Amino acid sequence: MQTATAPLPTPGTPWVGNKRAQRSKLFDSFFSKSTFLASWGTVALLLWIALEVGYAALPAMRQFGFGFIIGTQWDPTSDQYGALPLIYGTLVSAGLALLIATPLGVAIAIFLTEDYLPLKLRSFCKFLVELLAAIPSVIYGLWGIYVVIPITTPLGNWLNAHFGWIPLFSTHSSGPGFLPAAFVLAIMILPTIAALSSSSLKTTPMNLKEGAAALGATRWDVILQISLPIAASGIIGAAVLALGRAMGETMALAMLIGNNTQISPSIFAPANTIASLLANSFGEATGLEVAALMYLSFILMALTLGINAVAEVILDRTGASTRHL
Amino acid sequence: MNAATKIHPTAAPRAMDLSRKLRWRSIFSRGMDGLVALMTLAALVPLVSVIYMVISKGAGNFRWSMLWQLPPAAGMDGGGFGNALVGTLLLVSIGALVSVPIGVLTAIFLTEYSLGSKSARIIRFCAKILSGLPSILAGVFIFGVLVATTHSFSVLAGGLALGILMLPIIILATEEALLRVPRFLREASLALGANRTQTVLHITLPAAASTIITGVMLAVARAAGETAPIIFTALFTSYWIGSLREPTASMAVLIYNFSSVPYDNLVNMAWTASFVLILIVLVTNIVSHVVANRSK
Repeated sequence: MQTATAPLPTPGTPWVGNKRAQRSKLFDSFFSKSTFLASWGTVALLLWIALEVGYAALPAMRQFGFGFIIGTQWDPTSDQYGALPLIYGTLVSAGLALLIATPLGVAIAIFLTEDYLPLKLRSFCKFLVELLAAIPSVIYGLWGIYVVIPITTPLGNWLNAHFGWIPLFSTHSSGPGFLPAAFVLAIMILPTIAALSSSSLKTTPMNLKEGAAALGATRWDVILQISLPIAASGIIGAAVLALGRAMGETMALAMLIGNNTQISPSIFAPANTIASLLANSFGEATGLEVAALMYLSFILMALTLGINAVAEVILDRTGASTRHL
Repeated sequence: MNAATKIHPTAAPRAMDLSRKLRWRSIFSRGMDGLVALMTLAALVPLVSVIYMVISKGAGNFRWSMLWQLPPAAGMDGGGFGNALVGTLLLVSIGALVSVPIGVLTAIFLTEYSLGSKSARIIRFCAKILSGLPSILAGVFIFGVLVATTHSFSVLAGGLALGILMLPIIILATEEALLRVPRFLREASLALGANRTQTVLHITLPAAASTIITGVMLAVARAAGETAPIIFTALFTSYWIGSLREPTASMAVLIYNFSSVPYDNLVNMAWTASFVLILIVLVTNIVSHVVANRSK
């Protein structure tokens, strides 16, 4: 009854006022343009970062050229800058961390994807592993100073006393150095490796596993001969991505690696990385030192972004979801 | 017949051989089962140790007054980290204020306006690369653009550096959330005469809201703990902040600065600040985890 007596819109005019329709059309085009701007703005931001760092590094690039990369002196008092000890420290600490974290991460991935645990317990374990990534770097650093260094120092000294003839163990351990830094770094990149490895392990087709099991394969026959080969490229991608993360990691290393710009083959020697030198020096740097630090930043950016791009390409091909455990 | 007699003598030992192999294989399999379980446990030891240390060394010294007092001078007793707490909240808020709108708009562009196109692929690739940018380089960039040109460290600079780090996390999380909204919802809305913007604002975004909020919270949690990008953009002070153009203290930089000084009071304060910071970060993480699980 009510609807029948309600006035009908006059034919020929839309029931929304023309003005309102116009306004919503205007807003529609404004909104779509702003999404367009925001997304290309993100791309522009990345380019801007690269250009800004490169531009600020120009004075140092002119002064030192490519010799910067192989120079072994880093001395702000005499304005002598060479990046080799820092590049070495960055690569070695990240490499050591990767060496520790990859087997652990893959083991976790296997343990959490092959059905060992009841579902609830499994998702709780996943949550715990993800929490490892949530703890701030600076707290890992603090923990490293008071927990890890007191463990690695006597260990290092014992190894040095008994196996000192091996170059890796050739120095006394005075506390901060590659070993505690790499150990803490390994913990920090572990969740990345575990999460990405398990998502590529999950891509193994179930019928292949079941078929193998039906033919009498044990659980580990299936894992070693079917799941892991299928997931291999994903795991490699995960390790590469983790390497990039490890090289850019700053605070925990700044607190644990000892801030020493000398190259030593020993894993107990104090060293320095690009990122931790940046953290320690930028606040007070002036003149050419700022340019030299920018040059270092540029090198770090080229290294990490290059490595990340490689990892993205590898992971993209595997088609595994790259964000969750 | 001939063939059978030939096979028969070798068949028995081979079967025995096989069963021995099978036993060895199952022992090996069991052993590896134990090994991966052990390695998973081993990986959780540091987590337990960090949390234990932070609670035992940090929570013990906690006093409520720490939340509103200023850091003490070196060698003095008492004090707190009120200015650092305010600083961290300000820094994260500025970061979120900048990155959330841009990030959400970018994700909307990726899923609603250019799904599957070449430009979407380029933008997504850049977002992923940006998410791998070492956090310290965000600080270096802001230092070059803002700090070196204005000759002043400021909370604004620190907040913007955090915003750069939060941006890709928000883009990727929002994109995933929007992709999960069923297509028929959008089609129904469009069929009823709504335009794209109306569809996005009234249908798609509300449907994806809880997942987007999860992503934002994770980005906030990460930014709250970040130290490297603010250490030489927001710097540190022992005083209250007066304006957005002044340097500020923050929890993360306070922990770093006090971690290796020879004064027990300051070291203890670093632990207590860690306790508070971890509490903030973990609570944010757990809440977002619960929100995410509920939305599934």
